This record gives sequence, C-alpha cells and structure tokens, in this order.
Amino acid sequence: MSATVVIDKPGQAPALERGPPVLVASGIVKELGRGAALVKAVKGVSLELYPGELTLLMGPSGSGKTTLLSILGCILAPTSGKLAIAGQATEGLGPEALAELRRRHVGFIFQGYNLFPTLNAEENVKLALDVRGTKGPDQVMKAQRALHQVGLAHRMRAFPGTLSGGEKQRVAVARAIASQPSLILADEPTAALDSENGQQVMALLANIAHASTHAVLAVTHDPRTIPYADRILRIEDGLIVGEDRPPADGDNTVRKLSPGSHVRDKKRKQ
Amino acid sequence: MSIADTMMFTLAFRNLFHDRVQLVVTLVGILFSVVLMAVQLGLYLGASKMIVAPIDKADADVWIMAYGTKNFEEAQPIDARLRVLALATPGVTRAIPMVSAFTEWKKPGGGSNLSVVVGTDLEDGGLSPWNIVEGTLSGIGARDAVFVDRTYLKELGITGVGDTGQINGNRVKVAGLTEGIRSFTTSPFVFTTLNRAKALLTMPADKITYVLVKVAPGVEHTLVRDALRANIPDGEVLTKAEFRARSLKHWMFATGAGIALIGGAVLGLIVGTVIVAQTLYASTKDHITEFATLRALGSSSGFIHKVILTQAGLSAVLGYAFGMAIALAVTHATHNTALPMAMTWGLAGSLFALTIVMCAVSAIAAINKVTKIDPVMVFNK
Repeated sequence: MSATVVIDKPGQAPALERGPPVLVASGIVKELGRGAALVKAVKGVSLELYPGELTLLMGPSGSGKTTLLSILGCILAPTSGKLAIAGQATEGLGPEALAELRRRHVGFIFQGYNLFPTLNAEENVKLALDVRGTKGPDQVMKAQRALHQVGLAHRMRAFPGTLSGGEKQRVAVARAIASQPSLILADEPTAALDSENGQQVMALLANIAHASTHAVLAVTHDPRTIPYADRILRIEDGLIVGEDRPPADGDNTVRKLSPGSHVRDKKRKQ
Repeated sequence: MSIADTMMFTLAFRNLFHDRVQLVVTLVGILFSVVLMAVQLGLYLGASKMIVAPIDKADADVWIMAYGTKNFEEAQPIDARLRVLALATPGVTRAIPMVSAFTEWKKPGGGSNLSVVVGTDLEDGGLSPWNIVEGTLSGIGARDAVFVDRTYLKELGITGVGDTGQINGNRVKVAGLTEGIRSFTTSPFVFTTLNRAKALLTMPADKITYVLVKVAPGVEHTLVRDALRANIPDGEVLTKAEFRARSLKHWMFATGAGIALIGGAVLGLIVGTVIVAQTLYASTKDHITEFATLRALGSSSGFIHKVILTQAGLSAVLGYAFGMAIALAVTHATHNTALPMAMTWGLAGSLFALTIVMCAVSAIAAINKVTKIDPVMVFNK
C-alpha cells in the first residue's frame, strides 16, 4: 500500500493529501445466531478509512451498520475476514489484546452518550484518559484541552444530569478525542439530538477529522449529517452497495452538501 | 501518585456513595458482621485471659499437680512431700506449695455460692492476689482474712472490706478487694494463706494441690520438667505453657464454650460476606452499562476489577470503623461484668484483616459478573 494517496474530488481544484489508511477491513462476514436462526448480518465488507476524513456509514435499520461498527471497533469478532487498525492485524487477538488495541487507537462515541453519571464532564474525560494510562497533570491538561475543543470549557464541572443532550454528546466527543486516537467511531451520534445540536456535533466531528490525523466513521441514518461528510458508504442487507464522495467546496473547514447530492468518488493513486 | 488520586478510585468512591440505599445496607451488613465477630472473639479472648490468669500470675515455671488435672480450678490433692522431691531436683530453685479447690461460700444474709479458694503464703511468692484496689496485701495474714474481687461482691452476699462470710463452718473476713480477677467458672476466687486455705477446704495438713516450681535462670524449663517427671512418677508435671494450653483446651473446647464463641464469629463472617456480596453484586449490576462502556473504551479487565475491589475496600474500611466503634462501646460496657469482652490491638488488627478479606471475597460474584460483560451491549439502544 502506498504511503500517501492524493485524491481528486470532481469539481475540486486542490488535491487533498492523505496518509495511509488507519483501518483496513477486507471480506468481513458476521453471522449471528445458529442453525435455522442463523442470520448473516455482514456479508463480506471491505473498506478502508483514511485520516482526515469523516466517513458516514448510512443504511436503513437492520442493514448491519452497528454490527459492522462493532467489528471495526474490535468489540465484536467477525466470523471471517481480516481487519487491521493502525497497521496491526486483529486476527487471533484475545479480549485483553483487543481492549489494548481499542485503548491505543480507537475512540468511541455512543448514541446514548454513555457518560458516567457520578462523574462531572472533566472527570468523564479524565477517566477515559486514566484507562489509557494517562495520569497526573498530563491527564488534566488533555481533558481540559478536549473540553475546550468541543466548546465546553465553561461546563467542565457539570455532571451529566445537568447537561443538555447536545452538551452530553460533546462531552462524549471530548472523551473520544482526548487521547488523540487514530480512529474515532461514532454510533448514531445525532440520533438523540435536535436539529441544532445534531448539526453542532456533526460540525465538530468534521472539524476533528479535518484538523487532525483522525479517521472518523459515523454510523447514521440521519440525512442531516450528509452535508458534513467527506465520504458516504451505503450499506444494505449487510453489504456496502455504494460509496459517495461529495464534492468539497474548497473550504478547508467544513464541507457541506445538500442531502441527496452524492457524487461518485474517483480516486487516483499516485 | 497514590490510588486515591486516580479516576479509578474516584469512580469507585462516587458509585459507592451514589447508591445510598445499597451503601447503607452494605455498611449495616459489615457493621453487623464486625460487631458479632468482635463480641464473640472478644468474649473468647476475655474468657481465655480469665482461664489462664492464675497460671500467668503465679510465679512458677513448672507446675506439679495430681495426674490427669484438666484445669487450674479442678485439681485433686497431692502429697505435700512432692515439694521436697521437687526441691531435690537439679535446676529447681524454689518449690512453693499451693492449694486451690471449689467450695461453698455461705453468705451472711443466707444462701451460698460456689467459690474457688486459693491459698499460698505471701512470703513464698506463689500466687498472691493482684490488682488490689482496697486493703493491703500484707493484710492477708490477719486472722480469718481473705481477698475477693469486687466484681463478685453481690454473688458473695457482701458489700466490701470488713464483711464476713463462712466456708465449711469457718468464718472468713474480707480484708481486701481486687479488680478484674474473674473466674471462667463464674465461681469467685477467694485468696488466703496456705494453712487457712487448707482449713477452709478441710484438707489434711500433708496434702496440697500444686507445687509451683521456679527454675534456675538460663535452665530450659522442659529439661527441669523431664527431671521432675522422673523424680515424681505418680504426679503430673507440666510447664507453664503446657498447663495454660491444657486449661484452655478443657474450658474452651472440651466444654464447647470456645467452639460456641468461635462459631458465632464464623457466623458473623458468613452473614457479613453474604450481605456485602449481594449488595456489591447489585451495585455492579446497576452499573453494568458503565463497566461495558469502560471495556469498550479499552479498559483492561484488571482496571474494572480494581474499581469493584476499591468499592469493596472502601465499604470494608467504613463498615469496620462503625463496627469497631460499637464493639469498643460494648467492650467498655462489659468491663466490670463477670464475663468481660476483651479488645486488644491484635484482635482489632485481625478483625480489620477479616473484614478486608470478607469484602474481597464478597467482590468475587461482582467481578465474575463484569468478567462476562460483552461490550457490544454499549450499542444497545
């Protein structure tokens, strides 16, 4: 695999440089249940996720989005297929080794926020850093920086019970980015949010992807998220059935598209 | 950085105090367990001290007694000439005659109470009353004089120094009071001189109960014991440690009293373990999504186990503190009773260790629960 790939987006003048893929999945299959109740939730998915990109995984309910996200996040083991994160193959790794891989390279954002109700915003972020082995003043500095980044510097001491849905999700984003993982996986990050908060969170994820070396994958069926995407993968019945790369507007910050405006990605490897 | 500075500790602490009802139930469980263990083991310790107190306080390294003697209070008479045989044994510096036996104390106001008369001569230095709070030791030589413990004044039907009673038709007059000399048999000790004790017990002049042997400094007590056994084949010769152990074994285990006390302590430990295990398990179940989130975030199993063990440890420390406060109050309340509860640094330390072990064992079910967590559950809506 080449070290650097330059892509052109149709209608876009400047070519974007991107590094090697953070995640490489090939032939991922996941069977759930047994015997007559056996269901193939994922039927041979291959994909790559690149740093600096916000990728949406879109599809209807029951299409296998969350199952695929669980597999890509090393939480669920595939029945077959290969997965590598940051160059490390997951095949044959036990639960503790997979946990270590997640600890080092993956940040999660959940639909239900999954914040710890007994800890305030800063402590929630610090706990995730503690899990990753970051302690002491470095932990405090990174937690506060992440909360600044998501615009919650003024709510650091607030407990989840006193935060709005949008604020909770932004704390969850801060938690995911605090340790600078190479891969951020978000499960329906806007599903529980109103339009305004949903847009704020998506803008945040897009900015995080573009301003750093994070690869961000968000599972969603919310069309409001499309304007923020660099790339859209469409999944149906356990298969990736389409890949769209909306044209960029030349702006280096957040690229927006109208919902439904999907342009086929054209890649040119150098 | 100490454990208290980690977020793991903060999470454990907050979760513990967040579930107030569960915390109260946990602490009550530990408190109940600590108090029950403290009372039972404290009574065991107190009883043990009572049983061996005369042996410990006697100025003797080796004891000569009737063959088959089970404990201090129930010895049979032996020939007084055994003292001479003892003195003739190499390594023996002193051999002090002593009598001790159960007898009826007739109360001045009517009725009687079983007592244990103990007699040695003050100048011999065998077993004199200790912890004297009223009267002087020299007063024991006065006519009819006896010393008793003030804990038993009611049982003896008297109010203090100067009062009289009767033993086997002989008048006795209380010349001094001691404090804290209690008998495991609940029969009060009555201290007096050797000859007066013999008279009170109607014991023949050529009979005694014990010979208290003092061994020359630097000489192994067991060597002298063996030499005495060779010289006195029809008696029983035991070192101080052996006589202590035999008395304890008889009263605490042959009678079942000690087993009942230890059994009570074990019951407390089991009940505490079950209660703490249940509440810790319930707490873990309540926070299972949080633990699954931690797992999804990449925490090791060890990290999560530490959270649960820290919760268990915090519960143990708090429950122990409250439990010990109550146990110390009970100890204080029983101080002047016939069966006082003892509390030593050693017992307090052992109880703390038992509480920690109890809570750690209680955490097993909760740890087992989180070990089986499937982090996929974090994606369940």
